[in-house]
Amino acid sequence: MPSQIISAASSSPVPSPRMKARPVAVGPRLRIWADRLAPAAAFVVLIVVWEGACRLFAIPSFLLPAPSAIVRAGFEVSAMQWLSNISATIRVALMGYLMAIAVSIPLAVALVNSRFLSRTLYPLLVIVQSTPIVAVAPIIVVTLGASDLPRVVITFLITFFPIVVSTVTGLMATPEELIELSRSLRAGRTREMLHIRLPFAVPYIFSALKISTTLAIIGAVIAEFVAAEHGLGFFIMFSTSFFKIPQAFAGLAVLVALSLVFFRLCTLAQRWLVPWSLPKSQR
Amino acid sequence: MSEHAGVIRFADVEQTFGRDDGSAVTALEDVTFDIGRNEFLAVLGPSGCGKSTLLRLIAGLIFPSRGVVSIYDLTVTEPRDEIGIVFQRPTLLPWFDVIGNVTFPLRHKYGRVTAEDKLRARDMLSLVGLSDFVSKRIDELSGGMQQRVALARALLLDPDILLMDEPFSALDALTRDEMSFELLRIWSERPKTVVFITHSIPEAVLLADRIVVMTPRPGRVREIIDVDLPRPRSISTLSEPTFHALANHIRGQLFTRAVA
Repeated sequence: MPSQIISAASSSPVPSPRMKARPVAVGPRLRIWADRLAPAAAFVVLIVVWEGACRLFAIPSFLLPAPSAIVRAGFEVSAMQWLSNISATIRVALMGYLMAIAVSIPLAVALVNSRFLSRTLYPLLVIVQSTPIVAVAPIIVVTLGASDLPRVVITFLITFFPIVVSTVTGLMATPEELIELSRSLRAGRTREMLHIRLPFAVPYIFSALKISTTLAIIGAVIAEFVAAEHGLGFFIMFSTSFFKIPQAFAGLAVLVALSLVFFRLCTLAQRWLVPWSLPKSQR
Repeated sequence: MSEHAGVIRFADVEQTFGRDDGSAVTALEDVTFDIGRNEFLAVLGPSGCGKSTLLRLIAGLIFPSRGVVSIYDLTVTEPRDEIGIVFQRPTLLPWFDVIGNVTFPLRHKYGRVTAEDKLRARDMLSLVGLSDFVSKRIDELSGGMQQRVALARALLLDPDILLMDEPFSALDALTRDEMSFELLRIWSERPKTVVFITHSIPEAVLLADRIVVMTPRPGRVREIIDVDLPRPRSISTLSEPTFHALANHIRGQLFTRAVA
């Protein structure tokens, strides 16, 4: 964990206090800026090439719309419509995500605590995880009816497994010596779990939570494909059925942005709540 | 200080562990010896001779398959309060600062840490030479410093008995020597019964009053050696003829195979 490598590619724009501020000559300074702007530059180049290719080869917009066409299509949709679709997707994704957290972490604790539970429940969890959720989604919608509930359940099903697995791994990764220390103090199983095992699992839990942010968006969209009157998944389906491909792309772009924001928020939450669980360079 | 108060007593102890395939491995066999009050006892032997098993038996973390381990004439049936443990790795908690780690046993056992406890912890930190590092983060400390924190943590509840499981073996050679002398200083300031597991011959000779030399698989007591080196010991102890004679003798013991 203690990474000593402080490279120019350090992701934090502010030099940490451990790095002695030293005068930087003009040449290196330029290189640092180039390095910092590299991701944005790559993105811009991609957009420009895409736009150029679409115009140069006159690619029809129903095959691949140009970025400009996508933006235009995006503005043709009313703000109210965007708002209702985006909020619907966020609501489903967030509820499924929170439900997954609320179920997964206690479940992982139970699995670690009881050999019986882990022998009986774990195989079942693997079966659930092995079931293609896309295929189950229509069934769930029929069973649970027309409300947010089936969509939340679908999101939950796709999101919870990585959190369970990572949390179990984290709880088991606690150094044996600390468990012995706990036992030598006769502190009890509850304190062992709360004071030692769970905190040790935090880095594992957060890496699963980060993966699960994108999974939650995927789950919400799948659910909206199957049955919905709102949401970005519905919006994309609706747009494509009317051959409004640029509009579908606009919906897609918003989904990507949403995923990134979710992921970022999760990273920020980790930095804010449990900074020790991050490598030094990322605090 | 009566020589054979027998704070810790091993009587004919045998320890077997069951494997998953149903077979059993004997880790310790016919182990009998006493450890006196405030004695510094080193247990020396090759890997897999059951040294750590010995320590865990004293700590009450495991119980012998046969024979009796007793502390103050009471058979060990559960972990006891008068024991502090230092492991090979510091195993500190990265979410606490230095003092938070030292007070952790109290927080863990009683659920709270009082201002008085914190004062004690500060005392312990100055005892191990870390008074300037009280609120540092763990990853700001070197390996040697982390092990000092672990030592302060073990000493916090003022245990009569200090169990050390190869505590310096993960440190570099220089830090290791430094820590050995530090431990001797701390032990002379706060006398305790110390059981020190090691596989380093010079370390055992430098530190201990007596050395229990173990045989590998199953672990038996090969010989118990009195270390007749004057205290306080220092760098100059390392060049005394007795030191070399003892080290050579133990080396001979460890490298000639027992004729069974």
